Amino acid sequence: MSIVKAVACPVCGCLCDDIELTIEDGKIVKVKNGCSMCESKFLGYRNEHRTRKPLIRKNGELVEVSIEEALRKAAEILADANYPILYGWSSTSCEAQRVGMELAEEVGGVIDNTSVVCHGPSVLSIQEVGLPSCTLGQIRHRADLVIYWGCDPWSAHPRHLERYTTFTEGRFEKSDWKGYMKKVKASTGKKKVQSALRRKFVKNPPQLMLQPETMSKPPPAMMKEGRKLIIVDVRKTMSAEMADYFIQVEPNKDYELMQALRALIRDQELDVDTVAGVPVEYLEELADAMIQCEFGVIFFGLGLTMTAGKLRNVDVAISLVRDLNMRTKFAIMPMRGHFNVTGANVVSTWQSGYPYAVDFSLGYPRYNPGETTVMDILLRQESDAALIVASDPVANFPKKAVEHLVKNPLIVIDPHMNATALMGDVVFPSAFAGIEVGGTAYRMDHVPLPLKKVVEPPEGILTDEDILKRILEETRIVKWRMMEAS
Amino acid sequence: MELLIKNGYVYDPINGVDGEKMDIAIRNGKIVKSVRGRRAKKIDASGMTVMPGGVDIHCHIAGSEVNTGRMLRPEDHAKDFERKTVLTRSGVGYSVPSTFTTGYRYSRMGYTTLMNPSMPPLEAKHTHEELNDTPMLDKASYPLLGDWWFVLEFLQKGDLEECARYVAWMMDTTKGYAIKIVNPGGLEAWGNDFYVHSIDDQVPGFCITPREIIRGLCKVNKMLNLPHTIHLHTNNLGVPGNYVTTLETMKCVEDLATDDKPVMHVTHCQFSGFKGDSWTTMESGAEEIANYVNHHNHLTLDMGQVIFTDTTTMTADGPFQYTLHELSGHKWVNHDVETETSAGIVPFHYRRKNYVNATQWSIGLELALLINDPWKIFMTTDHPNGGPFTAYPKIIAWLISKKARMATLKRTHPKAQKRSLLPSIERELSLYEIAIVTRAGQAKALGLKDKGHLGIGADADVAIYNVNPEIDLSRKYKTVRRAFTNAAYTIKDGKVVVKDGEIVRYVDGRTMWLDVKTAEPVKVNDEIKRKFKEYWTVEYENYPVTDNYLKVSNPITVKASV
Repeated sequence: MSIVKAVACPVCGCLCDDIELTIEDGKIVKVKNGCSMCESKFLGYRNEHRTRKPLIRKNGELVEVSIEEALRKAAEILADANYPILYGWSSTSCEAQRVGMELAEEVGGVIDNTSVVCHGPSVLSIQEVGLPSCTLGQIRHRADLVIYWGCDPWSAHPRHLERYTTFTEGRFEKSDWKGYMKKVKASTGKKKVQSALRRKFVKNPPQLMLQPETMSKPPPAMMKEGRKLIIVDVRKTMSAEMADYFIQVEPNKDYELMQALRALIRDQELDVDTVAGVPVEYLEELADAMIQCEFGVIFFGLGLTMTAGKLRNVDVAISLVRDLNMRTKFAIMPMRGHFNVTGANVVSTWQSGYPYAVDFSLGYPRYNPGETTVMDILLRQESDAALIVASDPVANFPKKAVEHLVKNPLIVIDPHMNATALMGDVVFPSAFAGIEVGGTAYRMDHVPLPLKKVVEPPEGILTDEDILKRILEETRIVKWRMMEAS
Repeated sequence: MELLIKNGYVYDPINGVDGEKMDIAIRNGKIVKSVRGRRAKKIDASGMTVMPGGVDIHCHIAGSEVNTGRMLRPEDHAKDFERKTVLTRSGVGYSVPSTFTTGYRYSRMGYTTLMNPSMPPLEAKHTHEELNDTPMLDKASYPLLGDWWFVLEFLQKGDLEECARYVAWMMDTTKGYAIKIVNPGGLEAWGNDFYVHSIDDQVPGFCITPREIIRGLCKVNKMLNLPHTIHLHTNNLGVPGNYVTTLETMKCVEDLATDDKPVMHVTHCQFSGFKGDSWTTMESGAEEIANYVNHHNHLTLDMGQVIFTDTTTMTADGPFQYTLHELSGHKWVNHDVETETSAGIVPFHYRRKNYVNATQWSIGLELALLINDPWKIFMTTDHPNGGPFTAYPKIIAWLISKKARMATLKRTHPKAQKRSLLPSIERELSLYEIAIVTRAGQAKALGLKDKGHLGIGADADVAIYNVNPEIDLSRKYKTVRRAFTNAAYTIKDGKVVVKDGEIVRYVDGRTMWLDVKTAEPVKVNDEIKRKFKEYWTVEYENYPVTDNYLKVSNPITVKASV
């Protein structure tokens, strides 16, 4: 039995690197410090859906083959293809992503990652407006106003608050944990009193003079000392329950709300009573809190990137933060989903100059989201082969895109028989990055961290990096033979 | 593997060779006295200029700040791309090229060694990953230490020895080459939205001044016997009137210089040489700075020359970059790194007809020409801040030819022309001096014993340029410019890698770093690990750059005096 410390968790963009694993007989038996997603991955990755051997579809059925046969078939598909797409990349290591870039360039294909369905709009906005930001440690040490807009850290990035924001101890700011506990106790107390009253006065329970969150006067929480937590969302999420202040914005109206705030922080007056369903007095208080804070930060998610306006929402959010820097210190950061989607952007940028949707078909990198993004290529039915790594487009993409994806030769590299692998023509089983193979991953704030190999992969299972290197080698041989023959 | 370069005009300033016609013999990647075998490959360099391979002491080519700059500027890349060939990977330019393209383009100009000057220690792995993908050259990187909480705290306490041990630890942890200081104290202040306006301002929360940081690290540098001096980007960079701060900064380490050797390198000095008190009254402070440097021997500088083009500014100087955004209105990236440093990126267009930009252009050249000793001032653009490195041949032309610089000056803003000192400067650099400011001087300041010269035992990094030194270089400056744009031959470790400006062989190059041996290593006990957890959001174990991050590792052992 051994204990491995300082393991980086390969699940979400938090990339918590303080996980402690207990290994017994080559298996992970205990996870310490992780959230439920972390535990679920480390304890549950070994299951019946694990692919054991390479597979090729023959006569409509996937049959087990040798690795050599699978490599040859994959190489033939890629060498033959006119416009192949190589997609995924966000759940594997940077080392594998680098080979992917080389392979895409070799076959003149398009390499794209999951940004295209997630924070692609954020990338586009950053390219237009810039990004006033920082690493997460700066938030811990300095931020006294933390805003989560259009995202739900409690569900999607569970340890974000306790590791990086409101519930952390910083050099210049203290944790708000005690404040939160007091609030929880108060609200539990309120609920107890309410239920007692209900039981006593069955017919006409007296109304307790409580202050529900969205009444005509904003709660004093806005002006309290220490760290403040504000959640902006279309519905009251579990994160909102923890917040000092929750703003319920009408769906698809974030753009208007942010523009209103931009006007307010420039000391302009609004002629309307509400914006996006929020009374203007609240917005004025919020604007005041933003201007008066020492260091504020906005974290945002798909609530902005995938609602009406998409990249325009992010545009305005970044512009709001940029404008706030005229009056105080403010930062903004996208809540990246996969543990290494940032890595995919980073590797793609340094090698090709562009963060995603890179088209090598003319022999040099071209970037034109809308034209070279994999989703649009599939919808226009232009690709004629695909290599999918570390993602599951068959489960996530729109139906029309999936139809075209499976109509053409499909190579899949994945540890599991996921939906995409089930539709594959060549399937390579691979090892789990961060569990069975090491490498590098980038956190949502661009800090690189090492992934650890904690246990051995099952017999005969290769890593993404190895498989891709061998496909690349094999493809070069096939292409050379094709050239010789012609 | 033997190579013989025959009959070229050799410029090797470190060994005092000034245009002598001689042969250069190479064996197994090193310069040797002569070749033995008849099978040695021969290169006929008759009528051509032979110099050591170019050394760039300050160019932002790898790491988190550079890569964000790359991502920020798809419009910059779209106009300048390179196709994949059998030997080379595809890529893009223009002001922030992709990594492979960076390597190829430098190599085509005859460069063989690059120094990446800004590496936030927390993100050092990123820098090294990108350096691994920058082929054709040897490279190294400087960790940013001037605002590191450990340094600020130790210096405030006066504990120089412990500070030195931690700096040594940091060199190993980040696989770094020199102590880089940017706007000392200013970056920590910026973390909480404050500014530092002079070297005696207090840094909020730390009870220390920039003067104390600079002096402290200067002493630490000497205690550790590091090959390069501290590498400093001054406070108040880019502010009209900042030449006063620059002079004070230069003076503040004067007493720390013993034995006439430099103790500080002031980088991209052009940006720190402004007189005046506003953008309308701004003018050149180059004369005052040159005067000081001419009478003191404890400094080296590099130009930070401005080129009239669209480029991307990127430095660790977050507050300055914010000011630049306010001035220009261009998109702005800010990236403060916890516990350590900052960064900022703003695209910028230097225009001939803009008074300030034209004056900046003049300042860079004035510094290079008014400072008499070429061993004290080197040619850089602070790529890409002043302009892309591909513009280096232009600067060479301006330095060797008054005709060239007057031709450019004539087309700039009229008021800038009137105030510029260039019309009164007759000096034209010789090829010997060009060899100093583009390679020999830079290598010497860096303490790279085997680079920047062609003496026996040196690394066989050679550049051959198709220009005959016997022509009137000043009149024929365009020939010189063309020659330095596409090297006739670039030789790396004794192998021909570029011929007539084309890559003919791929090599990886090495990543150099300092293995500093202190008498007692840093005791990383539980107390330090606990402090680590308090200061950073990563575990102590995951912080260092481990050996697997360096494709070709080239450690240089340094014995410290502490």
